Amino acid sequence: MAEADRYEDVVRTRSDEKFAEFEDSGKGLWGRFHELLHTTPAIVPLIVLLSACVVFGLILGSKFFSPFALTLILQQVQIVGVLAAAQALIILTAGIDLSVGAVAVLCSVIMGQVTFRYGVPAVLAVPIGLACGIAIGAINGWLVSKVKLPPFIVTLGMWQIVLAVNYLYSANETIRAQDIEAQAPFLQFLGTKFNVGGAVFTLGVVLMLVLVLVLAYVLRSTAWGRHVYAVGDDPEAAQLAGVDRHRTIMSVYMLVGFICGLAGWVMIGRFGSVSPSATTGVIGNIQAITAVVIGGISLFGGRGSILGAFFGALIVGVFELGLRMAGADPQWTYLLIGVLIIAAVTVDQWIRKVTA
Amino acid sequence: MSKDTHESPVLEARGLVKRYGKVTALDHCDFDLRPGEILAVIGDNGAGKSTLIKALSGAIQPNAGEIFLEGQPVSFGSPNDARGEGIETVYQTLAMSPALSIADNMFMGRELRMPGIMGQFFRKLDRKRMEEFSRQKLSELGLMTIQNINQPVETLSGGQRQGVAVARAAAFGSRVVILDEPTAALGVKESRRVLDLIQEVRARGIPIILISHNMPHVFEVADRVHIHRLGKRLCVIDPKEHTMSDAVAYMTGAAVPEGVEEPA
Repeated sequence: MAEADRYEDVVRTRSDEKFAEFEDSGKGLWGRFHELLHTTPAIVPLIVLLSACVVFGLILGSKFFSPFALTLILQQVQIVGVLAAAQALIILTAGIDLSVGAVAVLCSVIMGQVTFRYGVPAVLAVPIGLACGIAIGAINGWLVSKVKLPPFIVTLGMWQIVLAVNYLYSANETIRAQDIEAQAPFLQFLGTKFNVGGAVFTLGVVLMLVLVLVLAYVLRSTAWGRHVYAVGDDPEAAQLAGVDRHRTIMSVYMLVGFICGLAGWVMIGRFGSVSPSATTGVIGNIQAITAVVIGGISLFGGRGSILGAFFGALIVGVFELGLRMAGADPQWTYLLIGVLIIAAVTVDQWIRKVTA
Repeated sequence: MSKDTHESPVLEARGLVKRYGKVTALDHCDFDLRPGEILAVIGDNGAGKSTLIKALSGAIQPNAGEIFLEGQPVSFGSPNDARGEGIETVYQTLAMSPALSIADNMFMGRELRMPGIMGQFFRKLDRKRMEEFSRQKLSELGLMTIQNINQPVETLSGGQRQGVAVARAAAFGSRVVILDEPTAALGVKESRRVLDLIQEVRARGIPIILISHNMPHVFEVADRVHIHRLGKRLCVIDPKEHTMSDAVAYMTGAAVPEGVEEPA
């Protein structure tokens, strides 16, 4: 090599310094807090949830802080909570699902109609409804992964299609709670209530809690969970690193369809009846997205935790019940939730800004 | 070069052809990688060197031609096939998930599960084993004092990320490691460290294919230089017997190496 090419010798002799040292260089309290949020993003919604509970507890006293009121919140959020878990999975892959609420309603209608129209036993009708949820999820997933359509468009269309099918198939007929109770009580199984020292739980609430815990485990501690994050973070990189992107996306959308089916079953337990015009079909998607966003899951994918989404759903429930108990105009609930959504996304942007 | 030039190649390609519509990116291209060497692949933009590398790493499938790995014919349907045969590639984009940890990234797509029922039935990852392995591989390459193997990759500097990517390739690439422009995005000092790293990987007996535009880097570390031109191998030169100007002249067509007939 010619003399002129030796311009790098200076660095070569000192190349051992400061290349790949990973130690903490005294970032201070603020920096550490930032880092904590970065690694455990569910902390923010948890703090908000706890402070909301404390504030309402101070204002309303034991009226709010009773086992009954606190478990009432759980009962009120059970449908949104289950849908939020489904939505969280999709958003982790950098997608969005506008059809979750509609799919839940259609699944509940299918469970009801299959029992009452065709005389299929309810224990079989429930799996049939769940299977329909999986099938719709598979169509969504295939369109997103293979045809490469944006998830927003796919599920916007699917939302309308599913709602229409729901009305056409059910002929807009509601199946009354008394009939279900008399002829197919298994459909209402998740509405079964039990008491634990004044606290009232339903099996639907238990299902929501178990679902959240199982998903949290799967996302954290299995290869599939890591792949979901990797695909949401950077699909090209994940693919090159050896992750089967198509399989991961398909499995997420199908699982989400299944969870929406479960939400449909929870709905029958909660309302007693099967109604194709349940509001969940129209606003369930927005409610789920709200919970996910307040829960600190990044809409850009790959960041956040399912626990955060659950806390997000609870925050909405606490605000709704607390403000109602305090006698405030319900519009205050929407106003505060609007503020929370914007605040949550602001915090997300800040967390994503990493100063190495 | 003291090496026996008749040693059979680790990775060999004969007559590779790849067409994209009317464009012929690879035109009956040959390729040889010998055991334990660093082979640099250079060529002008559009000469087809990245197509060649993609064919060797399974990212594309050639229309014609054959690839041999240690003398056996192979065909890679995907990067995973090549990876299964011990060929690891460090892509220019690094192929890492920024929000996931160093250990997660090292094992992406080939995670280790816990032994027994926790792994088989509950599919639980064996984090401890993966973290230990990652830490060990990084230290083997002299890459650290890593305090926190669980820190997200996005908190690392460019050079550190490159280091982790090279460590991942070296850890699993039992037969060949392919490096695509490993120093292109790095500062002078970090490039220096990555070049040292490349030599450390070679010292462990793994042959390396190095694609680079940086002539000083190529001439410093390569044992042989494969010059790619117009979709095929123009010649292979010994960097000790040729200058950088020669290499640039050959790859741009300004000069023709001895014994090669340049088509008009």
